[in-house]
Amino acid sequence: MTERISDVTTGTATDGAGRDSDSYEANRTTSNPDAYAGSRETTEGTVYTVTGGDWDEVLAEAAGDERIVMNLGPQHPSTHGVLRLVLELEGETVTQARSVIGYLHTGIEKNLEYRNWTQGVTFVTRMDYLAPLHNEAAYCMAVEKLLGVTVPQRAQTIRVLLMELNRISSHLVALATGGMELGALTGMTAGFREREEVLHLLEFLTGLRMNHAFIRPGGLAQDLPEGAEQRIKDFIAVMDSRLPDYDKLLTGQPIWRNRLAGIGYLPVDACLALGITGPILRSAGLPWDLRKVEPYSGYENYEFDVPTANEADSFARYRLRLEEIHQSLRIVRQAVDNLTPGPVMVEDAKIAWPAQLTIGSDGMGNSLEHVRKIMGQSMESLIHHFKLVTEGFAVPPGQVYVPIESPRGELGYHIVSDGGTRPMRVHVREPSFVNLQSMPAMCEGGMVADVIASVASIDPVMGGCDR
Amino acid sequence: MPDETNAGQNSGKEVEQAPGAGTPGNGEALSSASMSEAEHEEHLAHGGVVAGKARQGMFGISGTGDTSGFGGLRLPAHVAAPSERPFGGWFDEVADELLGALRERGLPADTVQQITVDRGEITFYLRREHLVDVARILRDDPALRFELCSSVSGVDYGADAPQRLHSVYHLTSMTYRRRIRLEVAVDVDDAHIPSVVSVYPTADWQEREAWDMFGIVYDGHPGLTRILMPDDWDGHPQRKDYPLGGIPVEYKGAEIPPPDQRRSYS
Repeated sequence: MTERISDVTTGTATDGAGRDSDSYEANRTTSNPDAYAGSRETTEGTVYTVTGGDWDEVLAEAAGDERIVMNLGPQHPSTHGVLRLVLELEGETVTQARSVIGYLHTGIEKNLEYRNWTQGVTFVTRMDYLAPLHNEAAYCMAVEKLLGVTVPQRAQTIRVLLMELNRISSHLVALATGGMELGALTGMTAGFREREEVLHLLEFLTGLRMNHAFIRPGGLAQDLPEGAEQRIKDFIAVMDSRLPDYDKLLTGQPIWRNRLAGIGYLPVDACLALGITGPILRSAGLPWDLRKVEPYSGYENYEFDVPTANEADSFARYRLRLEEIHQSLRIVRQAVDNLTPGPVMVEDAKIAWPAQLTIGSDGMGNSLEHVRKIMGQSMESLIHHFKLVTEGFAVPPGQVYVPIESPRGELGYHIVSDGGTRPMRVHVREPSFVNLQSMPAMCEGGMVADVIASVASIDPVMGGCDR
Repeated sequence: MPDETNAGQNSGKEVEQAPGAGTPGNGEALSSASMSEAEHEEHLAHGGVVAGKARQGMFGISGTGDTSGFGGLRLPAHVAAPSERPFGGWFDEVADELLGALRERGLPADTVQQITVDRGEITFYLRREHLVDVARILRDDPALRFELCSSVSGVDYGADAPQRLHSVYHLTSMTYRRRIRLEVAVDVDDAHIPSVVSVYPTADWQEREAWDMFGIVYDGHPGLTRILMPDDWDGHPQRKDYPLGGIPVEYKGAEIPPPDQRRSYS
């Protein structure tokens, strides 16, 4: 390629036929006899403007035959992300619904095969971007199971703490976006406002609002900063004062109730057949929560309830998410009280990433003491540092499957190692991906407007779904 | 070429070579129709089911009488070794129930080729012919009750491994709170596995993903189309031999090489 686009044009040619492109009249009267698929010449070549057809014409074509196939998304404010729905309508009733996914596929699973085990955390945290800490924790727990190491107590408690904070923020976004999609804009602003509190706290605790890469194989990247306990307690106080507002604003509100109750019905047998887990399964009455039935990271030591409902509809799912926020706060409270001093990374210097991070003049980096130690005093430390950072640690061959309860259901990591310093295969059982299969079962036979309520109650996160 | 008679001979020979190998259904090697004789011997030496890539010697030496040690660094292909009884915990109970149910239904004894217990997880390596029957038994048998198919994933063990494509199923019994893994291995030239959608409808999208990414054909799937990649995509991106792309940099014609060609320390 000798000719580059930048040599030819700045991309914003303002001369010629393109000048009046904004004006409807200009497009209609000049060289465009077809108002819906006109074209004009620009320096880049012919530019076609395709606009939607006239609704009256669509209706006229469908006269006598009520069947219309409608496309919804992938860029639509109420499809809960980059999700495309194809609906077959008869009047306003949905007779068939299918979802099309893959618009956010980024090949993270494949990418993981070309990074070492620690670098993998940076990728998995970007999959389900509303539950990054759950992804990090599940990935690290799988790697630790392959390695056969046990994470120190303090690291486990902090993981639980972070995961529950993350569950709160994720459920708040579910409420917020769900409210927005149904037109309850105050629900949205309230949800995002409280989520902002969680993100502020997470930023204080881990350094980043999202995509933390804070949980690492073997423990955590570093300990919590000073004053963390007080900040968490302040946060709990704020949430305690604001959570009742949700009940006042939404739970008893007739419009909210009427939009959600009886919508998106999915009984427990359908859930099991379709592999649905998380709040959807619990809204159908089965108290299946991996934190209770297969405790990990010390969840057996916390007191909390698994709320369930029997209605199996969108309203039940809304109520469960709200109740789970309360339960998560309960766990956070206990976790803060349980925090005992100790290491946050395994002792094994062949696994523990040699990070003694501190704020330097040029941003975050290894502390001066650590650099002095490895450069001046300990050859062993230098070797470990070098080997770990360039090559990474080797993981004994084998495969594991580690499931945890993410805000959306069972998040499982199936990791295969061939004994190398990089994963051979990482498969993520994403609850968004699996749960989205229930969309047709929830929507078919209902109204178009209820499709939005049903999809919002599934709460798929397309970043996780498409990976 | 896949060939029925050849496959028959192979499996016959395996039984000859490995008489009375441990527990029922245990220790019998995979039969692969398209494997050469040498590959087959190697396969048997590894205990049948292969996982992981065979590593070459330091300087790519193979088959010489090198005693200098420089042909060393010869890591064998990782093989999940068959486990001995007792497996421990509830593993024996599930294995007994499953093998008993298979006998009752008149399925061949080699339906379960190997049982491996590793890191507290039990894996049943299955012959693909009876996968759906086994899944149905696992779901419906009152003593097994694996109601939930948690995950279906494809694994590619690399171009060197015989039967490189594996389809891995993670089943969950909510009644007994147990998890097991089923694994089916096929050759890349004959990557057909029966679909379990009729037993576990949740496998629908997950099998589509495994088809999309690995090119495993799930026979009997209601609509096996691509799910994550565009419909007109060529190839199956998560296969190990799928070419990776570099990234052109707009500076002096430089290009960031594909990840598998970058300098690597391992």
